[in-house]
Amino acid sequence: MDFGLSEEQVLLKDSVRRYFEGECPTSRVRTVMEGSDGHDVGLWSGLTEMGIPGLLVPEAQGGSGLDLLDAALVAEEMGWACIPGPYLACVMATVGLLAVDDTSVAARLLSGIAAGDILATVALGEDGDEWDADRVQTRVEGGVLRGTKPLVPYAASADVVLVAARDAEGPGLWLVERGAGGMTIAPLEGSDMTRRVARVTLAETPGTKIASGRRAIDRARDAGLVLLAADAYGGAQRCVEMTRDYVLTREQFGQPIGAFQAVKHQLADLATQLEPALSLWWYAAHAYDHIPEDAARYAALAKAHLTDLYDRAMRDCTELHGGIGFTWEYDLQLWFRRAIFDRAFLGDAAHHRQRAADLAGW
Amino acid sequence: MNLSFSPEYEAFRADVRAFVAEHWTAADAAATEVDPDSVAAMTGAAVRTDERAASFRTLAIERGYLYRHVPRAYGGSEQPPDPLKAVIIAEEFKAAKAPFEIMGQGPSMLVPTLLEHGTEAQKQRFVRDTLVGKIRWCQGYSEPGAGSDLASLRTKAELDGDHWVVNGQKIWTSSAQEAEWMFALVRTEPDRPKHDGITYMLIEMNSPGIDVRPLRQMTGDVDFSEVFFENVRVPADGVIGERGQGWVVSRSTLKHERALIGNAALQRRTFDGLLLLAQTVELRGGRAIDDPVIRDRLVAVETRLLAAERHGQRLLTLSARGEDPGFAAMVPKLYATGLSYDIAKLAMDVQGDKGLLAIGEEQAHFSGMFTVAYMWSLGILIAGGTANIQRNIIAERGLGMPREVRK
Ligand SMILES: Cc1cc2nc3c(=O)[nH]c(=O)nc-3n(C[C@H](O)[C@H](O)[C@H](O)COP(=O)(O)OP(=O)(O)OC[C@H]3O[C@@H](n4cnc5c(N)ncnc54)[C@H](O)[C@@H]3O)c2cc1C
Repeated sequence: MDFGLSEEQVLLKDSVRRYFEGECPTSRVRTVMEGSDGHDVGLWSGLTEMGIPGLLVPEAQGGSGLDLLDAALVAEEMGWACIPGPYLACVMATVGLLAVDDTSVAARLLSGIAAGDILATVALGEDGDEWDADRVQTRVEGGVLRGTKPLVPYAASADVVLVAARDAEGPGLWLVERGAGGMTIAPLEGSDMTRRVARVTLAETPGTKIASGRRAIDRARDAGLVLLAADAYGGAQRCVEMTRDYVLTREQFGQPIGAFQAVKHQLADLATQLEPALSLWWYAAHAYDHIPEDAARYAALAKAHLTDLYDRAMRDCTELHGGIGFTWEYDLQLWFRRAIFDRAFLGDAAHHRQRAADLAGW
Repeated sequence: MNLSFSPEYEAFRADVRAFVAEHWTAADAAATEVDPDSVAAMTGAAVRTDERAASFRTLAIERGYLYRHVPRAYGGSEQPPDPLKAVIIAEEFKAAKAPFEIMGQGPSMLVPTLLEHGTEAQKQRFVRDTLVGKIRWCQGYSEPGAGSDLASLRTKAELDGDHWVVNGQKIWTSSAQEAEWMFALVRTEPDRPKHDGITYMLIEMNSPGIDVRPLRQMTGDVDFSEVFFENVRVPADGVIGERGQGWVVSRSTLKHERALIGNAALQRRTFDGLLLLAQTVELRGGRAIDDPVIRDRLVAVETRLLAAERHGQRLLTLSARGEDPGFAAMVPKLYATGLSYDIAKLAMDVQGDKGLLAIGEEQAHFSGMFTVAYMWSLGILIAGGTANIQRNIIAERGLGMPREVRK
């Protein structure tokens, strides 16, 4: 038994971190934020060369066939470096495809994802903060879909959208190709412009059913929950480090503000809460592939806990910067916005705690 | 990452189970039954240290199941670190209510200190008997004038021939009434700067001149005491480490004390009790656990408990790999302090108005044991270095922030 990362995992993290340090400073992040689609094709193709979109794709389809933990370690690094782009959508779509019934369609799409030729996303949630497969309202009759998906990540850039919908048999997953008839994609302005969302309307849109039942939908959502937790952890740790460095140099009353006990204690408390939370999302990611009875519940717990902590971290860190922390120019606000996204996307903390209580049979 | 039990471990589990079944009978287990409502069960104090338990422990040590980090020569079982085996042993012993490693000041704090700094004779003299509970220890650090600022302590020892003569006073000394021995910090070099004049001394509690005066705690129990020393004579070799080096030696004891308090087992026990309580208590016409606010708080504290438990596994893995845990090892005590409070506070709230009933009152849920937990969450916040002192250490040593001015 071993509750730690393997050498390969440490290497993966290191190489991703070095790539972001070299290629994606916050100046580039800001350029992408201000761009039209929030998708930096150059950055993404660099990631593709490193095999990142294909991490979870089986080797037979040109991927690495790794575990969600590996994908989550990359998400942690993206959180750390504030990396824009469709990674979350890509991973959620990948695990959704790994759980579908129609394996030939899935195999074609998975090879495309690993090769970087296909950008896939998932359309799960619906108006009213509904993220549960059983309450999906989007309908399928006679091979066409009808409904609205208010917050679809990177829909405007995606080649294919995996849509959670229901037909006479109940919930399932349908494949809708870019440009399908009756599909309108309205990009939205989010607080966090490093992860784009769009409102997708389906009016008599043709789609192919690739999965029956809720399993593929649940797997996609649970993977998303773990990735958001990892992103939150990476982001919060980065901001604690930035803040530590800042309070050591900023002087007031003739000394570094980091010498004041109130400042030290605020940071110590924050770092103390964050440190064990790492093990929580590690375990959630590990359970996703290896401990089925814990997978859904730990994904919910990790998402709820880490995004709560991210919120707290961003408040404390911004406070400890004083006025500069409240400016647009200072980078801290980029992470503040990511914390907003991580917290709200796929349902908030209280919602997932309620689910976790139900899942435990309480 | 690999949390599965490979066949090798399944076989190990079977061995442990067979061992326990053979040597700790159902009758032994029945005799061990502690009253689950008792204060002792809540604070983890109910540990059997009688002859029967001691002989079982001796056997278990021979088999390599207990005190795996302690060399054979001193009464341990000297096994290579293996967190999963440690977990299996703990689970099997617990299931059979068999005597496990004794926690507490002696085995958890003094023994590691002795192993690190003691002489061969001291290790031989004390380690084995301490591990099986034959010698019980108390910790004589705090004084009326020296709490957080421990190094300002004034209890003094002067050399008189082949003996030290100790005079002064300790306070808040847990288990001083039961303990056979005390490990204490005393001032031997009054002229030196305060950290350099301290010696780590082992004092037999039945020595003439020691007066133990019990103090009643807020829980109502008597668990700590004042200890007065009047011309108490201690053999000259009764010190650990060099004369004047006691501060350095004491650092290793404190490190182990914080690890002990940071261990999540106590929080797990309180949480399991809380969960049971929330599922059985009726509040305003329904089960307490069905109240959405209570349900939310319950999951929130459980999440932090799970994080603490997984963090413990991570620390074990780091030590098994021989890697430096660094920052990760600094946080458990402060983390546990906040968590204990939130678990206990929720348990108080789950009882609704019955929460006001006293410890031991029959009408109270679980005889009021959650009130004990509620109060003890403050005990562990203060003992072993207060929360604010932990924050200072974490900020200064962990985050590299400026050290505060200390006089
Ligand atoms: C249940 C229990 C069991 C104990 N058992 C033992 C035992 O077995 N042996 C033993 O030797 N001692 C024991 N103690 C004593 C314990 O170690 C001390 O109480 C503790 O170190 C605090 O010292 P103090 O009580 O003098 O408080 P003080 O040091 O006077 O502290 C009072 C308050 O001031 C704060 N404070 C002090 N200095 C600073 C600073 N630099 N920065 C910020 N805040 C500060 C503290 O955090 C605290 O909140 C026990 C205590 C308790 C409660």
